[in-house]
Amino acid sequence: MSSKASPASHDTESPTAHIHTRPWAATLILTGGVLLLALGMALSISFGAADIKLSVVWQAIFNFNPDLTPHQIIWEIRLPRILGGAMVGACFAVAGAIMQGMTRNPLADSGLLGLNAGAGFALAVCFAFFPGMSYMYIILYSFLGAGLGVLLVYGFGAASKSGLTPLRLVLAGAAVSAMLSAFSEGIALYFKVGQDIAFWTAGGVAGTKWSQLEVMFPWILGALIAGLIISRSITLLSLGEDIAIGLGQRTGLIKLVGLIVVLILAGAAVSVVGAVGFVGLIIPHLTRKLVGVDYRWIIPCSAVMGSLLLVFADLAARMINPPYETPIGALVALIGVPFFLYLARKERRSL
Amino acid sequence: MESSTLVQTERKKKTKSTMVLIVLGALIIAAFIVSMNTGFTKLSPLEVIRTLFGGGTPKQDLILFEFRLPRIVISVLVGAGLALSGCILQGVSRNPLADPGILGINAGAGLVVMLFVSFFPTTTAAPIFLLPILALIGATFAAFLIYVLSYKKGEGLLPTRMLLTGIGVAAGISSAMIVLTLRLSPEKYQFVATWMAGSIWGSNWKFVTALLPFLLVLVPLVLYKARVLNVLNLGDQTASGLGAPVERERLILLAAAVGLAGSCVSVSGGISFVGLIGPHLARRLVGPKHQFLLPASALIGSLLVLVADTLGRVILQPSEIPAGILVAIIGAPYFLFLLSRTK
Repeated sequence: MSSKASPASHDTESPTAHIHTRPWAATLILTGGVLLLALGMALSISFGAADIKLSVVWQAIFNFNPDLTPHQIIWEIRLPRILGGAMVGACFAVAGAIMQGMTRNPLADSGLLGLNAGAGFALAVCFAFFPGMSYMYIILYSFLGAGLGVLLVYGFGAASKSGLTPLRLVLAGAAVSAMLSAFSEGIALYFKVGQDIAFWTAGGVAGTKWSQLEVMFPWILGALIAGLIISRSITLLSLGEDIAIGLGQRTGLIKLVGLIVVLILAGAAVSVVGAVGFVGLIIPHLTRKLVGVDYRWIIPCSAVMGSLLLVFADLAARMINPPYETPIGALVALIGVPFFLYLARKERRSL
Repeated sequence: MESSTLVQTERKKKTKSTMVLIVLGALIIAAFIVSMNTGFTKLSPLEVIRTLFGGGTPKQDLILFEFRLPRIVISVLVGAGLALSGCILQGVSRNPLADPGILGINAGAGLVVMLFVSFFPTTTAAPIFLLPILALIGATFAAFLIYVLSYKKGEGLLPTRMLLTGIGVAAGISSAMIVLTLRLSPEKYQFVATWMAGSIWGSNWKFVTALLPFLLVLVPLVLYKARVLNVLNLGDQTASGLGAPVERERLILLAAAVGLAGSCVSVSGGISFVGLIGPHLARRLVGPKHQFLLPASALIGSLLVLVADTLGRVILQPSEIPAGILVAIIGAPYFLFLLSRTK
């Protein structure tokens, strides 16, 4: 493995030579990760503007008493926020993993589908033309904006005779994203709402409510399950379209399902916390490094690691400069960037 | 028999590509003339021509020579430089998403500009010559950082690794900027946001003279390297097999790309989309041969930025729309149209 060609080259080596997978590592990540996640969540619940003992956290969750203030704080403010963080992290990571696998592009993440740009555009419109819109509506509109972005990308990407190739998808995504971002930048500059938008996105998972989680959860769960169902096919797609077709895959269908899954996951996540796009980029890379290239392992492990990253980032966001919160996007980058740079240094094969 | 038809199709392609270049050149000249005539003060085409040849009133002289002309020249240079930079990056890395923005160059430049604006109380009389210098320092620093982080002894500089590193560095810088953004006063924020959106605010001959040496050295160098880019495009192993000193050539080309992007961004702010889209549009028009691809990219880049900047001055008079925003709004739909048409 020492003198390989550059990772981006699709040279004619036998495709199966690369499928190395480490089920043990994956199992370890899944079990250890879930335990660590539980710990992180417990810490995150007990830590905050009002410190609460871990034992009280335990009581509040397993025998809730509405008359106690700490229990109220935990149930109404912290628990939804933390569950929201875990959910959002899993969503971004899985969406990124599926995108990278389907497009065979190591730089792909859900932002590429025009999702983030679409949601940002919806935000700019909301802030410029309907100031003082309620929280729930802003979230709804940014989800619709994300959907609009994906529709445009998919429409333009699939509009030609040769259909939706990975390259076409990636290019259409970049162009649509640039266009929508330009519109939002223009609106933000003209109506001077850029900073309001920045504050909104910097808010992260603060203010997540049970009602939001209830609305999102069934969709996210469904999308995650669908992602797991098509995971084997994504592994084949990641080896190349021709190989997948040769092995009897219905690639068109798989891509469509994959896109819908990505839309639901990333759209829900973006509408809650804004574009913390980096999660979807790093976590799949890291996961591939650890568990190999089989997406049946990559997808669940990405979900766990994405949750971990966001839960701990959110915890850090509240610890660094209390009572102020540091923007979570900045923290994810702070944790993620050095890590990602280290990975990039070791990078040989991209996917 | 076959070889002769091959020669013929090759010749046809050459003629077509040459035609494309000529048409692009003509369009730029047309845009140039239109741009000279548009703006806050109306000048008729005749007046413009008369003024160009030295027969205008002092006021017309001032408007043309001191305000419009340098701005037009800057637009043309910046567009060409950024598109060339993107073309090199895409060619060297063989990744269609490579553009100068990915190298963290815009982010690096933006961060330094933002730091400066945050800590110095001057926004109204922004030190006009300090900013580009600072931006260039930031851009160079980001590029250097990426180089150090992605270079490995024995393997050299693998393009994919470099792109990944670039994304990482850019993300890190951007997040630092988010934190800074929240602390800025609204006026300062507006200034930085406008700069980041990419506006040709350096409408001054001094900027032209500052930018020109970079381009005069780098553009011919890059054009001269067209064949090398063709070979690199075949993949490292093939290129080595054909006897190209892959590592060295790649370094030279990457350095050229960084130099082009850094110098342009320092004058124009973050117009990165040109670098992404210019080469792609060119590829659809003249094919993958870099002998034609490079000049076509440069011309398309110039045309895009010139048209965008001209429109940006006119649409919402008296306020201006940053050229970077309009480049995306004009360029993206056309790009998508081409994308859905071609195989």
